[in-house]
Amino acid sequence: MTSTLTPVRSKRSALTKGQLPRYAPYAVLAAALIVGAAIMALLGFNPFGWGLVSALLFAIGLVSWSAAVEGSRKAKDKLATCLVVGSFLVALLPLVSVIWTVLVNGIPGLIDPGFLTTSMNGVTGAFDNKAVESGGPVMGGIYHALLGTVQITLLATVISVPVGLLTAVYLVEYGHDGRLAKAITFFVDVMTGIPSIVAGLFAAAFFFVVVGPGTKTGAVAAVALSVLMIPVVVRSSEEMLKIVPNELREAAYALGVRKWRTILKVVIPTAISGIASGVTLAIARVIGETAPILVTAGFATSINSNVFGGWMASLPTFIYTQILNPTSPSNPDPSSQRAWGAALVLIILVMILNLVARLIARIFAPKTGR
Amino acid sequence: MSKRIDVKDLNVYYGDFLAVEDVSINIEAKSVTAFIGPSGCGKSTFLRTLNRMHEVIPGARVEGEVLLDGDNLYGPGVDPVAVRSHIGMVFQRPNPFPTMSSRDNVLAGVRLNNKKISKGEADVLVERSLKGANLWNEVKDRLEKPGSGLSGGQQQRLCIARAIAVEPQVILMDEPCSALDPISTLAIEDLINELKDQYTVVIVTHNMQQAARVSDKTAFFNIAGTGKPGKLIEHGDTHTIFSNPVQKATEDYVSGRFG
Repeated sequence: MTSTLTPVRSKRSALTKGQLPRYAPYAVLAAALIVGAAIMALLGFNPFGWGLVSALLFAIGLVSWSAAVEGSRKAKDKLATCLVVGSFLVALLPLVSVIWTVLVNGIPGLIDPGFLTTSMNGVTGAFDNKAVESGGPVMGGIYHALLGTVQITLLATVISVPVGLLTAVYLVEYGHDGRLAKAITFFVDVMTGIPSIVAGLFAAAFFFVVVGPGTKTGAVAAVALSVLMIPVVVRSSEEMLKIVPNELREAAYALGVRKWRTILKVVIPTAISGIASGVTLAIARVIGETAPILVTAGFATSINSNVFGGWMASLPTFIYTQILNPTSPSNPDPSSQRAWGAALVLIILVMILNLVARLIARIFAPKTGR
Repeated sequence: MSKRIDVKDLNVYYGDFLAVEDVSINIEAKSVTAFIGPSGCGKSTFLRTLNRMHEVIPGARVEGEVLLDGDNLYGPGVDPVAVRSHIGMVFQRPNPFPTMSSRDNVLAGVRLNNKKISKGEADVLVERSLKGANLWNEVKDRLEKPGSGLSGGQQQRLCIARAIAVEPQVILMDEPCSALDPISTLAIEDLINELKDQYTVVIVTHNMQQAARVSDKTAFFNIAGTGKPGKLIEHGDTHTIFSNPVQKATEDYVSGRFG
């Protein structure tokens, strides 16, 4: 849609072909919606079908109108625009749907008193039965799971960031594309594709051998998560270190600065915003892992603030157990409300992490002010 | 605070490829020496061997001797990092550290080496270095602003200030003006004239007028053809090289009849 809409019909420039009026897409959209509704009324109405039929009608209508008035080049342009926008909407659909569902189902759980500050310790099926029968508040909360998720993820980050960052530094600064560097790159790529349950089994088996049979603690889960996190951190840090211009390294060398100090004081600070946001996204990636935590930390109903001892709850495993084994088998509704609430908290956590990543990127970004 | 450089029979290799062959040259202390020659003739490569910066490039190595007041840079046990703190370098493109302010850029050589320096000493060093680079008046009011916010010419002078802040004996400049406009170039050339009172300056340039304007001595490098090593053809007083060179190739190059 160009904005050079001089009077179209009255006086036409020799340089222009026919142009659709500016309101054309809106008019076609309205017509498509009405006709679509009519067709769906004949077939039996449902909103999804209405959207689909209207979208098809809109594309066909706009493209053929454009072909008639503006010629085939503009019509192809309109077709491409329809395809691009359509793909975008299709991609957006699941996201919007998930957020909507979780919001609708999760808010009642979240606003329940004590949801964020109490654990499930002592909350039995009898409480849930009572809540359903007499309409009282749903007891129990996710404090223990929230605490577990935060602690396990934090420990996993503490393990993975140094390992991942140092690996990336080796690959970029010391590897010289040698055999070892190529092997590391290959295995990091393989590790990226490891199913998370395998990482969990690895950590469980590792601690089985090192500590003793049946070791299930938050720390084991953290090790499992760091197996998943390390390749992501390596990859993102490597890319960030690679784009630091060589000129900056040379400038530092020419000042008589040692290589390790150059890396520490020039290369990493220049890349830190990208590294930090890569790390944050890696955290967001593993914070919702369920399977590895299930086999490494078990699940608990009471507060355990020691990552190195005893079973630990986390938000994903909390959701899993609340849905699969409701606290009161005869009245599963309170359990499912708690699960949705926990899911909402988890999504909010991931969203906060993404915002933090952006904030970090902005704070650390090289300054360009005058 | 300046030292002379004597190069004896220096060959530079990239892997098995001989890039610069058999260079012997004496560079006087407190003078400006310009390296001129066509692209790819090994001027920059040779310049980098004078402070072992070529070692940053994988596979690069040298044979021969480079003596800084008699001390061989390539002798056994010589630390390339120590060499570079004696022989500074300014690059083709201005490369101030983007994470640092102008002030921190000047102090980079000190700070990055973790030397302790009091605020008073730092202020003195920053002012002296920036004045030495003719940049003080332009940036004194915005020392805490990022160095990357300066103009290209100012950035290059910031890089020169950064190089002289570590008090080297020799400053190598690899086409320092090729990314700059004429006004900035003039500022840098004036600066080079002042620098030679204290430092030994070696400058690589594609601009023959520039070589004629700023240098006391000129060395002409040439290459016989693609894949052949670069060689030092002639070295002498700038005036002689430009008006009455010994070699035919030099005369052709400086008079523009080359190739």
